[in-house]
Amino acid sequence: MSLWKQKRFISNAVGLAALALSAVVGTSVSAEEAKTQYVPLATFRVGAYASSGIPVWAGEIDYFRYINEVEGGINGIKLVWDECETNWEVEKGVECYERVKAGKNGSPVPIFLPHGDPISKALTEKSVADKIPLVTIAYGRTEAIDGRVFPYSFPVVFSFWSEASSAVNFIAEKVGGKDKLKGLKIATVYHDSPYGKETQVPLAHLAKTYGFEDIQIPVPHPGNEQSAQWAKIRQLKPDWVFLRGWGVMTPVAIKTAAKVGFPVDHIIGGIWSGSEEDVRPAGAVGKGYLAITPFPAGANFEIHQKLKKYILDKGLSDLKDLKSFGSVYYNSGVDEAIIAVEAIRTAQAHFGVRPINGEEAQWGLEHLDLSEKRLAEIGATGLQQPLKLSAKDHEGGGAGKVLQWDGEKWNVVSNGWVKSDRDLLLPLIYERAAAYAREKGITPRDATN
Amino acid sequence: MSAIGTETIEGFGPSGETAQNTRDRLRAGSVGVLLAALASIPLVANDYWLNAVLIPFLIMSLTALGLNLLMGYAGQASLGSGGFMSVGAYATYNLLLRLPELPLPVSLLLGGIISGLVGIIAGLPSLRIKGFYLVASTLATQFLLEWLFNQYGWFSNYSTSSSISAPRLAFLGHDLSSPTGRYLLTLATVVVVTAVAARLVRSQTGRTWMAIRDMDTAASVIGIPVSAGKLKAFFVSSLVIGIAGALWAFAYLGTVDARSFNLDRSFQVMFAIIIGGMGSIRGNFLGAAFMIFLPILLDHLGSGVFGGTVDPGQLENFQKALFGALIVWFLIKEPRGLAALLSRAWTQLVSRINR
Repeated sequence: MSLWKQKRFISNAVGLAALALSAVVGTSVSAEEAKTQYVPLATFRVGAYASSGIPVWAGEIDYFRYINEVEGGINGIKLVWDECETNWEVEKGVECYERVKAGKNGSPVPIFLPHGDPISKALTEKSVADKIPLVTIAYGRTEAIDGRVFPYSFPVVFSFWSEASSAVNFIAEKVGGKDKLKGLKIATVYHDSPYGKETQVPLAHLAKTYGFEDIQIPVPHPGNEQSAQWAKIRQLKPDWVFLRGWGVMTPVAIKTAAKVGFPVDHIIGGIWSGSEEDVRPAGAVGKGYLAITPFPAGANFEIHQKLKKYILDKGLSDLKDLKSFGSVYYNSGVDEAIIAVEAIRTAQAHFGVRPINGEEAQWGLEHLDLSEKRLAEIGATGLQQPLKLSAKDHEGGGAGKVLQWDGEKWNVVSNGWVKSDRDLLLPLIYERAAAYAREKGITPRDATN
Repeated sequence: MSAIGTETIEGFGPSGETAQNTRDRLRAGSVGVLLAALASIPLVANDYWLNAVLIPFLIMSLTALGLNLLMGYAGQASLGSGGFMSVGAYATYNLLLRLPELPLPVSLLLGGIISGLVGIIAGLPSLRIKGFYLVASTLATQFLLEWLFNQYGWFSNYSTSSSISAPRLAFLGHDLSSPTGRYLLTLATVVVVTAVAARLVRSQTGRTWMAIRDMDTAASVIGIPVSAGKLKAFFVSSLVIGIAGALWAFAYLGTVDARSFNLDRSFQVMFAIIIGGMGSIRGNFLGAAFMIFLPILLDHLGSGVFGGTVDPGQLENFQKALFGALIVWFLIKEPRGLAALLSRAWTQLVSRINR
């Protein structure tokens, strides 16, 4: 090869590499659109859990569109978002986070919603370094409630510990008071994974406090065969079963329970065992099944009427299947969007009306106060529980509603929001957070600001 | 060298010896340039490139190297890579936690050695069975290890969700927890382990492995210690994979639980070496690049070209299909993997330069 040919070859190769590079980096920043607030969405529209994810983004995107179309943005700052597919895989989730964290069109990232328990864990420290709050609703690390140790993790609304405690308190409501819990047998049938085991500590503590018998029965992943577990239930004869499933495990549990003759209306599903998608496949035997959730189903809340009028009826909805409007997962998306929007609004009130960055949104979250009055203004009374966060408390709510499946839809059967015994559990949670801080050499933040 | 002798008539063409020299010089030069480029990347790359692209690529290459020693060189197929990664990660975590006075590289190496010892136990069935039966027994190892770390809280220091998270990464007083620090830690480890492995496969041990791979009966007939060779392969392979697992947990993700090292990971590693090239050191890097870079590239191209106009779910499914099609296409083009493809191209390039 002659010299100039070699040179051309090399320059071609370099050019090609540069092209590939620019295609990958390819996000140009234009300053003129800096009056918009960017909110990246980590989604999982493909993969094993896609069916539960799709209605969530629909709820979220519909609410964002409603804010833009009807309210003209948050104090005039319109929301923009784009999606990054994670497949619910932690590596893809980390990649998405790194891709979006620099912001877009001049707008910084105020909040990242990881949508996946392992993803949120992998991002725990990265988010502190980047000062971007992670908001995980009804999942994520329970200890992160202690914002002094976990300044940028927000397991808001309903942690797994609160879930367990609220379930126990609902049983107390049913049997006529907490003093009647003594001597009851409560069996927890759980997905044998870190997520499933997360409620063992609080339940053991509650059992000791109230004197009920705590039985733990694991179901190996994925849980499509549970004869052994339910045979054991039949033998132990618990009064109530608390079902903490995931994916296919829930409908199989309901069907198997019916087969061994355990009354379905004495099974209380956890947050991730309490959607239409969980109970419909069980068929007719699912009638009467209970589930505790921070996202009550239903399309009659005031915000739903607004969404229907301005978004769904105008064909702007992200929903493919309009039957999912008002489902548990759709409503969880609306809930999540409300919290994100209100946190940004709170931050704007303090820092000025402009696109908010992560550090400011963290302040906004820690000063978020969704009172009954504010919820009524939004139209989310009954859909979202009152929520007040602080540096010492990144959870805020800690209550759930119990739904019952009537064969067609969910109905709320609990007496409003069932509160958890947060006073009892918070010291344990703080202890764990302190242990984490010791292990990692973190000096807890002063929470008085 | 097709060029040799044909163009020497012109008076300045290289003789056979100089062609060999050119090849060696090119090879040494390109390795040097590559290393210099990799080491200077933090000067130009942002967090995205380091955290999401390069660190996982390097660690995946290291894992592939580990499996390649076992599968490509010694011919023992294994689906236990994920399990050995988790042993390395949990062992290193406990060493860092319980013996904080040990320097980081020592903890990493010891974690790798513990993983290697587990590898020897997992490799015992290979003395009696081979092929698909061995794959099945390594599959059992994979499931057992995953279950073990999930079941017993001691391994994760009784964390609520059995997850482990990196204690402070520091070496000789330097904090390595920044993206650059983690990248350089990964790069240094990968370079050292790769250099050792490259020597190893050209040594007596490597030749023993290849003899076992090519025909173990013949190898034992000519006096090669087959059983010891197989167990040694399991040890070294699991050691390398264990170190990679610890890096995956601490230099890449930060916090992991046993699910990060499930069967999917084992398959991913196996695909990486099949695509990259079995029995090739270079193939590991090519295969890992294929497995890590290509989906990301497709994703960026997809969202850049069609973003907003096509349903995002459909787009994702299309990317998956395209990725699968590309795997099939590459394997049809070159069943021996990207390494063979590249070395063909390399030979052509050298002969063209020499022309």
